[in-house]
Amino acid sequence: MSMTTILQHCLTGISLGGAYALIAIGYTLVYGILRLINFAHGDIFMMAGYFMIFALASFPWPIAIIITLTVTTLMGIGIERAAYKPLRSAPRMSIMISAIGVSYLLQNLSTYLFTAIPRGYPEIPFLKQIFQIGTISASFVTLLTPVLTIILVIILMLLVNNTKTGMAMRAVSKDFETAQLMGININRVISATFAIGSLLAGVGSILYFTDRMSVTPFSGTLPGLKCFVAAVFGGIGNIPGAVIGGFFIGIVETLLVALGYSTYSDAFTFLLLIVMLLVRPTGLFGEKTVEKV
Amino acid sequence: MMKIRRNQMLTIITLIVLVIFLYWLNAHRHQNGMLVSVLTKGVILSLVAVSMNLLNGFTGLFSLGQAGFMSIGAYTTAILLIPVKNLDGVYYMNGISPSIRAFKELVAASPQAVQILFPFFALLLGGLLAAFAAALVGIAVLRLKSDYLAIATLGLSEIVRAIFSSPQFDQITNGSYGLNKIPNFPVMLWGAIPSLITPFIIVAICIVFMVMLIKSSYGRAFKAIREDEIAAQAMGINLFKHKEMSFVISSFFSAISGGLLAMYMRSIEAKTFSITMTYDILLIVVIGGIGSVTGSILSAFLVTAAKEWWLRFFDQPLVIGGWHVPLFKTGFRMVIFSLLLMTVVLIYRKGLMGTNEFSWDRLIARFTKRRSAKGGAK
Repeated sequence: MSMTTILQHCLTGISLGGAYALIAIGYTLVYGILRLINFAHGDIFMMAGYFMIFALASFPWPIAIIITLTVTTLMGIGIERAAYKPLRSAPRMSIMISAIGVSYLLQNLSTYLFTAIPRGYPEIPFLKQIFQIGTISASFVTLLTPVLTIILVIILMLLVNNTKTGMAMRAVSKDFETAQLMGININRVISATFAIGSLLAGVGSILYFTDRMSVTPFSGTLPGLKCFVAAVFGGIGNIPGAVIGGFFIGIVETLLVALGYSTYSDAFTFLLLIVMLLVRPTGLFGEKTVEKV
Repeated sequence: MMKIRRNQMLTIITLIVLVIFLYWLNAHRHQNGMLVSVLTKGVILSLVAVSMNLLNGFTGLFSLGQAGFMSIGAYTTAILLIPVKNLDGVYYMNGISPSIRAFKELVAASPQAVQILFPFFALLLGGLLAAFAAALVGIAVLRLKSDYLAIATLGLSEIVRAIFSSPQFDQITNGSYGLNKIPNFPVMLWGAIPSLITPFIIVAICIVFMVMLIKSSYGRAFKAIREDEIAAQAMGINLFKHKEMSFVISSFFSAISGGLLAMYMRSIEAKTFSITMTYDILLIVVIGGIGSVTGSILSAFLVTAAKEWWLRFFDQPLVIGGWHVPLFKTGFRMVIFSLLLMTVVLIYRKGLMGTNEFSWDRLIARFTKRRSAKGGAK
């Protein structure tokens, strides 16, 4: 493989990784607060793809993007209210089953509404513009994804570290009950978390599907699970960790596909998960948790 | 004493009625195609649902790897049972590995008795392979807690699927082309049990084994682990040994069920055993009640019948008196289904049976209570 091809694949990988990183943040935030693997997160990402298709059919792209992001955010909050809030005091297994149920529902609902036939993702002209850097060519979205990801993460970090809501989020993720005793409105914090997670998934969805060209009701499942792995890899609950995990998985996956092991690229992610959980369950940057009785 | 004897009598009578019904169904299977296929699929799914329940409901290990173990059983059974004369047709792209062909030719040339028993051997081998795989990965994976275990086992089943569909194993699993021409269920006892009834017998034996396990001291240890791991450990229960045991046994029976499913569907591919399959089984377990064997069995039949038969009309356009009822089109059935699941998860959290088992006493009590209530109203 020549240097150019390697660089080309690395660029694709970084771009894919950026989209993964944005989705992984959603997992890490929700897990940090509710200790819940939000199995429906991948499907929210898929639904955002469909919203974009329909929004872009009747609006110019800036408005379509705003509509998509708003609807996705509202959907994330709605799902939390409807499916997770009633189970706040239930065992962790039931809330996880509820998450799986939501994922099942969203997949079936989108199969019903949009049929299982892949739908072409509309092109936003300026995103698809091809740039030529030396011998490497890349579309604008490939270059934009990592930059946008990093900007969004910096904003998010500022939000978490410097605002009142951010402080409340950190408090809730440390200790649910004590935070409640301190007068934090738990439900609002959780809604805010889901809103941020879904918003980022919406952005990730636009970047991811612009490169992939089509959406099916099941195109959220595997990216969703992979991004959860990315979150675990970086240390669950840790935002920069999730971003690094996302980039890492994106790059390795692209390289595996480039080397001709495309059937194993999914398996690799899960192997990474299992090895990581066994060797260092807290992830790269996770805090050590103490087992309490 | 009277009650116990009465319950035994009722159970025996029900079993006899069931057996007579199955033989009647066998004689009239051509008129009742839908009923036969729903019952067969239901019984196969009830086996995997009970095995998932053994793990999730009784041992408290939330595992989502059932589809992976099912595919091990299904592929083993399918590869061993595809008739030699069909091999070239099935493996038309890449050919079959010579050693498997040689083994199959050896079996085909062996005495009649071996050939009659071979399908059962294939099922058993599938189960044992899955059990072996489960034992190996269990050592690593079972150290994980609740949701991490769920995602790790989900990952495992995806890894198994990737291996089965990868081009590197083309000559064994036929890669992404899948396997077909899998023979139907074998007959048992020289034809005394026709092929339609075979899966019922096999599943009954497997479920009885699991029920006996749950009732034994091992089963009590499983439940203790489910309730409180640390307390169980303090009582002298070897956590790892029991978790591993539950995981291995559950995988074994999942694989048997996978093998039966391969015989039922006659053709399989790696995609059949995707995450959706595990979700479908989880749905059955949740609707039946996590921690109830009879609940899982009942719900396997109900869910299969509703999905494949009773709710079919949701997928067809419906016209009442010239008015085209909206919403009714392909896929609506599954939406109704997922809404049903969400209702059970959010409102009827116990499912059909909760953690209770079916008992005649409760059934009779329910009927008599209703009757006396009616009498009171008069």
